[in-house]
Amino acid sequence: MTATPSTALAARPAPGADAGPGAPLLRVENLRVGFTRGGRTTDVVHGISFALEAGRCLAVVGESGSGKSVTARTLVGLTGAGASVTADRLELAGRDLTALRPRQWRAVRGAEVGFVLQDALVSLDQLRTVGNEVGEPLRLHRWGDRHRRARRVLKVLAEVGVPEPGLRARQRPYELSGGLRQRALIATALALDPALVVADEPTTALDVTVQAQVLDLLAQTKERGKAVLLISHDLAVVARLADEVCVMRDGVIVEAGPAEQVLHRPRHPYTRTLVDAVPSEHTRGTRLSSVPVTLASHHGVTARERAGSAAADATVPVLEARGLTKRFRGPDKVDRTVVDGVSFSLGRGRTLGIVGESGSGKTTTARMALAMLTPDAGEVLLDGGPWSSLTSQGRRPLRRRVGVVYQDPLSSFDPRWSVGRVLADAIGRAPARVPDPRARAVELLELVGLGPEHLDRRPLRLSGGQRQRVAIARALAPEPDVVVLDEPVSALDVSVQAQVLDLLGDLQQALGVAYLFISHDLGVIRHMSHDVLVMHGGRVVEHGPADDVLADPQHEYTRGLLAAVPRLTTPGGP
Amino acid sequence: MTTQTHAPAARRAPRLVPSLGVVVPATLVGAFVLAAVAPSVLAPGDPTAIDLEAAFLPPSTEHLLGTDQSGRDLWTRVVHGTRHSLLIGLGATGVALAIAAVLGFAAGLGGRLVDRVVGSLIEVSFAFPTMLLALLLVAVRGPSPSTLVLAVGIGSAPGYARMIRGQVLAVRQEAYVEAALALGHRRRDVVVRHVLPNAMRPLVAVVTLGISQSVVWASGLAFLGMGVAPPSPEWGALLEAGRTYVTFAWWLEVMPGLAIVLLAVSVTALGRAAQRRLEGTDR
Amino acid sequence: MSATAPTTTPVAPPTEALAVDASPANPWGRARLLVALRRVVGRVVAAVLVLLGAATVVFLAQTLLPGDRATLLLNLRSGEAVERTAAELAPINEQYGFDDPLAVQYATYVGGLLRGDLGVSYQRHAPVAEVIGGQLWPTAQLALGALAAAWVLALVSVVVTAGRRSRAVTAAGSGAEALAASVPHYWLGVILLVVLAVNLQWFPVMGGTSPAATVLPVLTLAVPLAGFLGQATRDEFDRVLEQPFVTSARARGMGDTGVRLRHVLRHAVLPAITLSGWALGALLSGAVIVESVFSRPGLGQVLVAAVDARDVPVVAGVVMFVAAVYVVANVLVDLAYTLVDPRRRS
Repeated sequence: MTATPSTALAARPAPGADAGPGAPLLRVENLRVGFTRGGRTTDVVHGISFALEAGRCLAVVGESGSGKSVTARTLVGLTGAGASVTADRLELAGRDLTALRPRQWRAVRGAEVGFVLQDALVSLDQLRTVGNEVGEPLRLHRWGDRHRRARRVLKVLAEVGVPEPGLRARQRPYELSGGLRQRALIATALALDPALVVADEPTTALDVTVQAQVLDLLAQTKERGKAVLLISHDLAVVARLADEVCVMRDGVIVEAGPAEQVLHRPRHPYTRTLVDAVPSEHTRGTRLSSVPVTLASHHGVTARERAGSAAADATVPVLEARGLTKRFRGPDKVDRTVVDGVSFSLGRGRTLGIVGESGSGKTTTARMALAMLTPDAGEVLLDGGPWSSLTSQGRRPLRRRVGVVYQDPLSSFDPRWSVGRVLADAIGRAPARVPDPRARAVELLELVGLGPEHLDRRPLRLSGGQRQRVAIARALAPEPDVVVLDEPVSALDVSVQAQVLDLLGDLQQALGVAYLFISHDLGVIRHMSHDVLVMHGGRVVEHGPADDVLADPQHEYTRGLLAAVPRLTTPGGP
Repeated sequence: MTTQTHAPAARRAPRLVPSLGVVVPATLVGAFVLAAVAPSVLAPGDPTAIDLEAAFLPPSTEHLLGTDQSGRDLWTRVVHGTRHSLLIGLGATGVALAIAAVLGFAAGLGGRLVDRVVGSLIEVSFAFPTMLLALLLVAVRGPSPSTLVLAVGIGSAPGYARMIRGQVLAVRQEAYVEAALALGHRRRDVVVRHVLPNAMRPLVAVVTLGISQSVVWASGLAFLGMGVAPPSPEWGALLEAGRTYVTFAWWLEVMPGLAIVLLAVSVTALGRAAQRRLEGTDR
Repeated sequence: MSATAPTTTPVAPPTEALAVDASPANPWGRARLLVALRRVVGRVVAAVLVLLGAATVVFLAQTLLPGDRATLLLNLRSGEAVERTAAELAPINEQYGFDDPLAVQYATYVGGLLRGDLGVSYQRHAPVAEVIGGQLWPTAQLALGALAAAWVLALVSVVVTAGRRSRAVTAAGSGAEALAASVPHYWLGVILLVVLAVNLQWFPVMGGTSPAATVLPVLTLAVPLAGFLGQATRDEFDRVLEQPFVTSARARGMGDTGVRLRHVLRHAVLPAITLSGWALGALLSGAVIVESVFSRPGLGQVLVAAVDARDVPVVAGVVMFVAAVYVVANVLVDLAYTLVDPRRRS
């Protein structure tokens, strides 16, 4: 199979590309993709070109709506219903893909191109065994007989690092851990040893440590001579694997080149925005977005005065947790301790970041801090006074002092309510009666960088970033002392994330509000937090000032976590 | 007159062009409502006028739907029976909803114990198919229109109750409910302002489906002779009366049945359209 | 392969050490078996409780009947409608225990149910269980035949028409299902009877329970259910077609038919399986009407006659029997679901 491309290329050498062992396996020139629905055609990819050689990795980077996933799907002929694909050249190993008929496409898929999607929990058929899924391409392409196929499945599973392949092959995907499951998904793409692997956001739903393993696996695949086309929104992930990078925006490649150059010396302003928007230890105290400071200063001052009057004693932590413990009863009737003896203290106007992987107990901790869950042991204090131990009656008047912003802003708004009504409702909880709630709502919108025209809109009609801004405005409306931010930017594109993080930083400066910031993203935590709490398996494994904990971690888990984080290190950077 | 009705429609036109799948059922439902409110507009004749000379006439231009054994015009009878049938359907749906709302909201809001009790009550009632529960009630109370309404209402209540309970429990889990509580609103206020209205929303569509289903069930019971007695032009009664003659006067069964099917299909279509609209704009 | 299976501790590669890799225990581990056992016991207990609840409802309906039961019974047997003297009523009350305290009557009724005793028909003097048993087979044929036919019709309609490029094909499929789901049994039955039996004479008009005479009743019962199951399956089918694992399968080189049959269908039948337990109950009540339309002997005819005569024990017995069928059917449905979707097992 590997002999085919060189002979094909030798027959027709492409201009600019030297024929030889490194000649392009995949060649795309002027690719255009449009979708026709209801008689209207929308173009989503406007003439992009790239090439990929065996043993190399090309990353296509972009935010949502950039057309990167459509491009990936086009390479396996699964662009979708109503799609029209044209290209001056769309060649795999010298073969013209644009001329393929459905039947011929089926022969290419799985055999010559392997396709890996994100999140194996939905990308593998949960009702079939892992062995069946991995063996499916073999069966479809009539590879070997039954027994050879069974042996081949075990071999491929072993190659992608699945321990005990015999056992795993008989299990179903949901019975495997996230990492093993994703390996199994990759195994389905590698089963027939295709020359090209297209991976569409292969690590997006994974914890960082698992993500690191999957990236290592893809790197090995590349070293074994496969061409890897990586689609990702995450520049740090790309930096770990890619040899070349294309940056896509609105269906156009705005910048392309060697990874080192594109990621560290970007030429195009959009690439620069993307690179700058990635939060990390180097970005602390700097702005991530190029959007100018939107905070109208006088609002900030009046608000700060209000907040200042409440802040009598700055030495008392505004929120303090002592030995919080929470157990849940599983479906098997066995109690599991989800949060185990967690203590922290959050100073006025400061940010405490809680970082951990899924299942670390960080969200349960946040819900106890919000007093939405009662701890089984331990206590939360608000401003030195009781909080979690109060009756719900006694807590109600104090609730306005603890605000909350969730990961998915849309579900946190009543679908029947307009932005104006959402804000008016929250303004009604302010300590002093607000004489003109509508004017205050406009003021709040301005505070989070939105115009008064948004008042009458439904949250459904807003973009993700706008929704999160409204959620922040709602949280600030009753003039809280502390806001619990539960993964507030995890659902946002990196450039929008940068704007929201900047906004949160500005608001803290202006209003003196404290943040309890929950995130799985070490870069975000590092960028935002004064103090950091690292959680693992329900316990605090490390705790202290952000600079100490993250620059010089003492605990083995934290060290492993930090090592696993892909980053955009700029060798000579700031 | 025509310009007045046209102008607002024209202004709204670009935003919502009603599809054929909405216009046709809406027109039919409108006709049924007209028949129920003012039957004489559609059928000026007397539904009980006997003309033995004209017995068992098949459908023709003179008798659109034919005539029955006493020569009564079937079209007139079907039109005049609309009101009875619709009232039975509405009444049964009302009874069902009243029972279901009490049970569903009690289970959804009343805490774990109440939920357990009501939940198992609903579970038990699912063991009785609607039709059989209705027949049991008829056997106990004897046939009458009120028994019919009660029987169909009680029979279809568990389905609604389970749906309301599920809705309430789902809405209670929504982040906006927690967000309202986190603002310090009273639990009672949150229930009234967020939980109830959002839990009731999908019911709008379901109720329309329920009305047509009730009409079908009620006429099924009447077909078995368990409903309104035959001289009445109620659709189920027409069906029962026509059964004896079905082998040679098919129209006596087919035409009232057609009215029921048309009502059921068009109301269901409207309900589904409403459901799609609600879902489309909300999430 | 089998030699490696009993290993209990997975040998994790060094990189795996950090991950929260809670590898599930051996599938045949004891904990898992216990969970499965607890589930089965839970199901059976729940089923028994539902039956007890149903028995209570049926019992209350009988005892709270307006009017005197002994009078009703005597009048039913003699075909009169007169007031009875105390002397006439006493032996009846004695024989049936109508004067016993409610709790005693309840205990007697439930105790009888445990022994398979559904009471005695007022009208026919015979035990209700015998009355039902004698008419059970034709109705069971009808209901089971209709369930099978409905599944076949629904699956064919969905697999052939759902999620196709051509709008017309999908619209035709879903339109047919919607129409089928809203057609009342009596109307469909009458039309089939008039057209196929009376006019075309393909089938007997009054045919008892012969195979030829069973076709139309089964079809009448099956079509509305097929519409219903088809709608449920189609919604799920459309949803599953959009799932990433379907794209994964296509990306392995699978064709459209393969994707539909091997991946999508298995997921898409789950809601319809869940509905089937309920459907069997609905079919038994639909049988009442269908048997009436086609003058076919069976449980439905027994029931209609009993309701007409207000022979409450027979009505209650049939209702109780159907409730039991519903409960058993749902245990079976649960089992079938677990076979198709092993996720339920854990």
